[in-house]
Amino acid sequence: MACFTVPLVESVVVTAVEKAEEKRESNTAEQGKISTGKAMIPLSRKFKWLNGMLLGGSALLAFEHVWHGEVTPWFPFLTAMSDKADAMEMLHEISTVGVSMAALVTAAWFGICVAAEAILKRSADEAEKTTV
Amino acid sequence: MTLLISVFAAVFVTVKWYNRKNDDMQIGILVFMFWGASLMWLVDAIFEYVELGAEYFEPAPADMLNDAFLGLAVVALALVIWVVRLLITDPKGSVRSALLKVSRKNS
Repeated sequence: MACFTVPLVESVVVTAVEKAEEKRESNTAEQGKISTGKAMIPLSRKFKWLNGMLLGGSALLAFEHVWHGEVTPWFPFLTAMSDKADAMEMLHEISTVGVSMAALVTAAWFGICVAAEAILKRSADEAEKTTV
Repeated sequence: MTLLISVFAAVFVTVKWYNRKNDDMQIGILVFMFWGASLMWLVDAIFEYVELGAEYFEPAPADMLNDAFLGLAVVALALVIWVVRLLITDPKGSVRSALLKVSRKNS
């Protein structure tokens, strides 16, 4: 009914965090604080991946809801809002399906980040072996 | 059916992204979009399976056709979003050079 709103709200929060992190990283780079010698993926880039999944996924799900007539271009935008019983059902769906969607996408993103760091570490180790 | 089409699209664009020569085509946006939507529809499918049980795997032909139609429409929408973004960001400078060519001809 409106499950896509939870990942959509999360993506708004992630965008704000991503911008703040980008600013912090550019400040640190200007001050020349980075140089641990190891190749690292910036946190802002990782947030971009999460945002891509959350925003892209909720955009396509929003289209599905328009297709099924659950979202309209006029107020109150969600057809379930016009009836109290439907509104309650919608809120229940948001709190169960919507939250689970956001949680699964975030968990998948966490897995991607761990895998990306492992791949980077592996290639750094291989490069070290060939130089020794 | 929508979930299946979305997963196939996600796998296809991921393979395309893996075999890319450079990032000019910005396929990454499609990869994240399709995987994000697939995960969300997977959750939807799990909840529906819990509610319906084995009946979930025996959809009516009309529902299946409508879901397939929706799946293809979703893929089309994602491709439109991607191509519009590609033209606006113009990483290869093709749009810019085409516009400059036109403006040079006019002047």
